[in-house]
Amino acid sequence: MTIKFWLNGKLTEDTIAADTLLLDYLRTKRCYSVKRGCETANCGLCTVLLEEKPVLSCSTLAARVNGKHVTTLEGLQAEAEEFGAFLADQGAEQCGFCNPGFIMNVLAMMRERKDPTEEEIREYLAGNLCRCSGFVGQERAIQAYLTWKREGESV
Amino acid sequence: MKYVNAPVRKKDAMALVTGQPVYTDDLAPADCLIVKVLRSPHAHALIREIRTDAAQKVPGVACIFTWQDVPNKRFTYAGQTYPEPSPYDRLILDRRVRYVGDPVAIVAGEDEVCVDRALKLIKVTYDVLEPVLDFRKAKDNPILVHPEDDWKTLCQVGADNRRNLCASGKDAKGDVDAVLAECPYVVEETYHTKANQQAMMETFRAFSYKDVYGRLNVVASTQITFHVRRILSHALDIPKSKIRVVKPRIGGGFGAKQTSVAEVFPAFVTWKTGKPAKMVFTREESQIASSPRHEMEITVRLGADQGGRIRAIDVHTLSNTGAYGEHGPTTVGLSGHKSIPLYSRADAFRFTYDVVYTNVMSAGAYRGYGATQGIFAVESAVNELAARMHMDPAHLRQINMTREGDVMPAYYGETANSCHLEGCLTKAKEMFGWEEKFPSKDMGNGKVRGVGMALAMQGSSISNVDTASVSIKVNDDGFYSLMIGASDMGTGCDTILAQMVADCMDCDMENIAVYGVDTDTSPYDSGSYASSTTYLTGMAVVKTCETLRTRIVKEGAKILKCAPEEAEFDGKGVHCLADPSRFVTLKDLANEAMCANDNALFATESHYSPVSPPPFMVGMAEVEVDLETGKTELLDYVAVVDCGTVVNPNLARVQTEGGLVQGIGMALYEDVVYSSQGKDYSNSFMQYKLPTRLDIGTIRVAFDSSYEPTGPFGAKSIGEIVINTPSPAIADAIYHATGKRFRSLPITPERIVMEEGR
Amino acid sequence: MFHAKNYVLAQSLDEAWELNQKRTNKIVGGMAWMKMGKQNYQTVIDLSALHLDQIQETEDAFSLGCMVTLHQMEIHPGLETCFQGAVRESVRHIVGVQFRNCATVGGSLFGRFGFSDVLTCFLALGAEVELYRAGRMSLERFASMPYDNDILVRVLLPKNGLRVAYQSMRNTATDFPVLAVAVSLEPGKGWLAAVGARPGKAVCHPWPQDPSQPLSQQMEDFATHVQSHTAFGTNMRGSAEYRRHLCGVLMRRAMEKIKSADPTLADC
Repeated sequence: MTIKFWLNGKLTEDTIAADTLLLDYLRTKRCYSVKRGCETANCGLCTVLLEEKPVLSCSTLAARVNGKHVTTLEGLQAEAEEFGAFLADQGAEQCGFCNPGFIMNVLAMMRERKDPTEEEIREYLAGNLCRCSGFVGQERAIQAYLTWKREGESV
Repeated sequence: MKYVNAPVRKKDAMALVTGQPVYTDDLAPADCLIVKVLRSPHAHALIREIRTDAAQKVPGVACIFTWQDVPNKRFTYAGQTYPEPSPYDRLILDRRVRYVGDPVAIVAGEDEVCVDRALKLIKVTYDVLEPVLDFRKAKDNPILVHPEDDWKTLCQVGADNRRNLCASGKDAKGDVDAVLAECPYVVEETYHTKANQQAMMETFRAFSYKDVYGRLNVVASTQITFHVRRILSHALDIPKSKIRVVKPRIGGGFGAKQTSVAEVFPAFVTWKTGKPAKMVFTREESQIASSPRHEMEITVRLGADQGGRIRAIDVHTLSNTGAYGEHGPTTVGLSGHKSIPLYSRADAFRFTYDVVYTNVMSAGAYRGYGATQGIFAVESAVNELAARMHMDPAHLRQINMTREGDVMPAYYGETANSCHLEGCLTKAKEMFGWEEKFPSKDMGNGKVRGVGMALAMQGSSISNVDTASVSIKVNDDGFYSLMIGASDMGTGCDTILAQMVADCMDCDMENIAVYGVDTDTSPYDSGSYASSTTYLTGMAVVKTCETLRTRIVKEGAKILKCAPEEAEFDGKGVHCLADPSRFVTLKDLANEAMCANDNALFATESHYSPVSPPPFMVGMAEVEVDLETGKTELLDYVAVVDCGTVVNPNLARVQTEGGLVQGIGMALYEDVVYSSQGKDYSNSFMQYKLPTRLDIGTIRVAFDSSYEPTGPFGAKSIGEIVINTPSPAIADAIYHATGKRFRSLPITPERIVMEEGR
Repeated sequence: MFHAKNYVLAQSLDEAWELNQKRTNKIVGGMAWMKMGKQNYQTVIDLSALHLDQIQETEDAFSLGCMVTLHQMEIHPGLETCFQGAVRESVRHIVGVQFRNCATVGGSLFGRFGFSDVLTCFLALGAEVELYRAGRMSLERFASMPYDNDILVRVLLPKNGLRVAYQSMRNTATDFPVLAVAVSLEPGKGWLAAVGARPGKAVCHPWPQDPSQPLSQQMEDFATHVQSHTAFGTNMRGSAEYRRHLCGVLMRRAMEKIKSADPTLADC
């Protein structure tokens, strides 16, 4: 079957098998930031935006994105660098394998909630597992990023 | 010093946070054969017949291998220095299968679809045998996990396959029984820790291809790049000279990848077919057929006098290595050697152990490597002693803990030359508010808060075994290439070692390019495990820089036409001591060295250590237990670590936080659960629950640094020790909240409500 | 992952229903559960194009199309107010936001999973389902029916002025519940409790209000009744005995929450 959709803003047309998962399809399109960490929808590594909402690409049929907009970290490089720098300043990126899915969800959270509380942040990001950092450094990075945003992105 | 002790950003950080394709599966050629294995549904069986004819006919299938097709020489998957202490008890595929998940056949094909179809079409007839599933009944059980005649050990580790013994041994000083008999207070209890999964986010994976020279190239997500070369050579029965192993960025390891879990399968396919091949473990495979923590049952006898002085410690460990012996003989050692020396002033100690084979998945190396299990037992026993004596457990530690300068008889007689354990305790008590919070507080709403604490230690590299080498060369314009054989697995050793180079060579971090690991070009390093990299490879960096500086001075002196003894290198260039205006920049020197030069601006040095200086730490936990549901909420965790000089405060802090959270999971819910038939139920992240960010409360980390004279810049290790305190500290906090004593893990809400906990 | 030869984006419920009558065809909802299966399907049927992803509020009910996601329910202000946060409470622990953006209310209810928080909560809310062929029926009845090839089109949550509370016990924050309890009170009529993750499918217990008894006595009697009249089982997450114990605890907590939220219910 064929699909036609916007991948990172670019209109893309392709022939795919009916049961292709969005995750596997995106990796064939060289979107290698999209990772698989489990088969049970628990880890959040494969998070992408579908029509601006964070979804698990491991649980989405590629067929379903027909006519829609899909965004991966490859399409959000400026934002990834901007927030990622805060993560890097904590050393909380560690092995980095969970970073793309985590950062996608952080960016999604920032679109949905302007100034989230600590509790809201933890709840929103609960579906993003990280085995290296113990999460604490990630949260320091988010707080520093929010402060920087609040202060008008100075420095 | 500019970089050591500074919170430097990791050199690869921005590539990682922007999602660049730097991991094994991102780099694999698109035309790789997909490799999968058929796994045994039985815990113990002999393959009577295996038919692959129908599977072979599936279009796209390239090859299928069974036990009849693989070399018949036993080896081990354990990533250890040769001769490995782990027994040679494996074949790539064996006629006898020893756990549910043991590989039975290898299938490679053009895509997953055809490989999956072929796997379904392989017909195996098994003679199902009774398994040994209870590790308490394994020793001298008539059912043998490894009855084969070609099973062998290379080291004397007290193993006997005819008794299901993977290892056994004893270490002692003084007459423990006599001293215990004199003690008015004796705690004697048995503690049980379960298997745990490292659960790094990137599962086991590797790809392989043959290069232009016909050599086997393997790109693997591994902590033990050089050991993988040897393991492949043994497994495939081919010369090491035919193999090259490369490590790209890896998505976490925590010890899991100190065992060669996946590499052999694609490598064998490539070697046989000449085609590139790739194997990516599913999460299910990573959960059921991998290298988790050794389950241990540890009996502790602890004796103290009237004043609370600990006089004798007796530890017996029974360790479950599962179907194969990877890391079995060595992990068990740490359960005593890295718990008893926390109280090295005792008059006597004894440590005995058995490691047994059973028909569950093989255990392996997981952060802490036996120390975690031993410290849960010994620190719990010390906490029980405190309760028995109505003494504050922090005070009991103050009386007994090892201090700087103490000889540690249970730690191979090493002296604690750097130990700020006492300072860690003081600082932790203050940060935590121990005096105010101890022991508990009834919140009046059915919830009770309790606090608990524990000490921990680990080592820094394996003394007289681990070997680290570093090469540094000077390139055009004077930038340096730092070549290492240690495997950065996300922890940041590429950066930490570059920080040391920058300070040794008086240059900027940007002036250093790090490369590792490639067995063809990197200098030899035993690998990133045993808390060795910062300490050991770091020292190799220091030595290499010293040598390289000498060579730079020599080259500069040649240009300046003075004797090398009369010249000095300051990082920017070489000048004459007598006349500093006679100066050549490093840039000019380096460029000149590329023309008519016979003095290589290149240095390699190796390092090993006769000692393994322990880092020390104190952990304190505050929990709130809902007495009706048993739900334990971790409110606050304070950790104060003495890892010697902190080379990178950011990375050390994150190491600590990450290790603590893994330890919290171990204490409260992580559990590998088997059915009565030996099937692993904890086969996914749905059934094996890792802590999420909602589960962890507040975590606070601080450092109290001693200075280790044998370490680079005074540094010791930090990678492993940080997982050791949560289990005993949380167990005691739950005791103070509920009055119930839990001596086995994990301490689930149901157990808190339903068990008596005496 | 399952295999499927064809994917059909249904243009009408009629088309979807026709396709779904074939045993080898299957409707995909949010797919979170279905993708873990290894079945081979001929055709998977997608209802995404049928505008069933909206929550509509009328004077006397909320109507949720089957493709409404759990996250939509979680952040819907109308549901939040009307059911005093119980709907949000029932879904907010489920894995993570990305998961809840995939999982649908239709998939959650049609599966009638034992662990389902949504089923437990909606039973206590007196929900009705609208099936394409069988029409409207109570969720409780639907939950007890065998699986068939009908299509769950909508869920209706009547606005009955219910006082509601949702309680669950989990071993970790985003795990399946060890036990889930939802309790509603329709003042003047009576209590209704649903107990889920027993670990079997959620079951309902109605309980009349007895004005002759003090409220606290009614609550205690109801908790004891539900605790002793519910069948519990054992799985990896908990034993039957622990679940029975938890049932009493969560029942009391849910009713206490309802009581403390509404001063007019104060004990006389």
